[in-house]
Amino acid sequence: MLELYILLIFMIIAAVVAVEVKDLLSSVIAVGAVGLGLCITFLVLKAPDVAITQLVVEILALIILIRATLKKDLPFSTTGRWFLNTLITLVFVAAFLSVAVYALRDLPPFGEPLMRVAKTYLKEGLSETGAANLVGSVILDYRAYDTLGEATVLFTAVIGVLTLVRKVGRKKEAAVAREESDE
Amino acid sequence: MSREHEQGMSVIVKTITRLTVGLILLYGIYILVHGHISPGGGFPGGIIIALSFIHLMLAYGKDAALKKLPRYVTSFLEGFGALMFLAIALLGFSGGYFFLNFISKGEPFKLFSAGTILLSNLAISLKVGAGLFAIFVALILFRFDDEGEEE
Repeated sequence: MLELYILLIFMIIAAVVAVEVKDLLSSVIAVGAVGLGLCITFLVLKAPDVAITQLVVEILALIILIRATLKKDLPFSTTGRWFLNTLITLVFVAAFLSVAVYALRDLPPFGEPLMRVAKTYLKEGLSETGAANLVGSVILDYRAYDTLGEATVLFTAVIGVLTLVRKVGRKKEAAVAREESDE
Repeated sequence: MSREHEQGMSVIVKTITRLTVGLILLYGIYILVHGHISPGGGFPGGIIIALSFIHLMLAYGKDAALKKLPRYVTSFLEGFGALMFLAIALLGFSGGYFFLNFISKGEPFKLFSAGTILLSNLAISLKVGAGLFAIFVALILFRFDDEGEEE
């Protein structure tokens, strides 16, 4: 449990930094630190699927946010240190591949899933929930919290669409052009 | 020809729609309320119910469908479904924890069984169906508005 508290304190500090710091780019990087801390927290809490989702979404959101906060393009140099760059890339590829080979040994063999949780659902599902459709008993009873999250995502999507195509508060094209010419 | 026949598609499409739209709505309700017994549930049921109204709108024009299901009813149902699902989750605290199945389970394979699962399906179908219909109506009306302004 100790590592969980360390992660929580780290995330709280990073969140406070993200709110308080003046520089926008530093704030975005602090938000990224919160997200990656949350990812490790999910991993500690034994939810690797959620951790993978969090990692992917976090990196994507961080790239978009950094791209949005930077005003001009960063110089991207391809000349010069090509030997060092290639060497670093190869070293990282080799490191990740060896770690992956080591980690994939622990997976169950192909076609023979462990079914630790699913076995319980199949055995106890009918008597515990009374639903003959086991899919229904999983998504609305055992995993109803996931479904609440999905419903929230859908609700947010509807609000987003209705906000984008709304009529109230939308400027006419002529008015926008006039304001731009004034500036 | 009456005013009603000027909007929408041809007479053939309208006649077929008049015959099928009720069946589609009924099928959606069937999928929805039998979600805990047979394959189906709130998500597909709500989508099929919304599709029956979209069918009506495509065949008869937007005014006929919006008279059956006005926009304020859609937005009310959307919010009501979300709050109902959350209320079911929170009522679980009466027995101990979040999303507890607090209603008696009943006899399996009967329509009124499985406790909160039937109610949750209802809430989700309201939310999903109203949400899909609201997005469709918003996109349709947005395009109509743009065309109206250009003319």
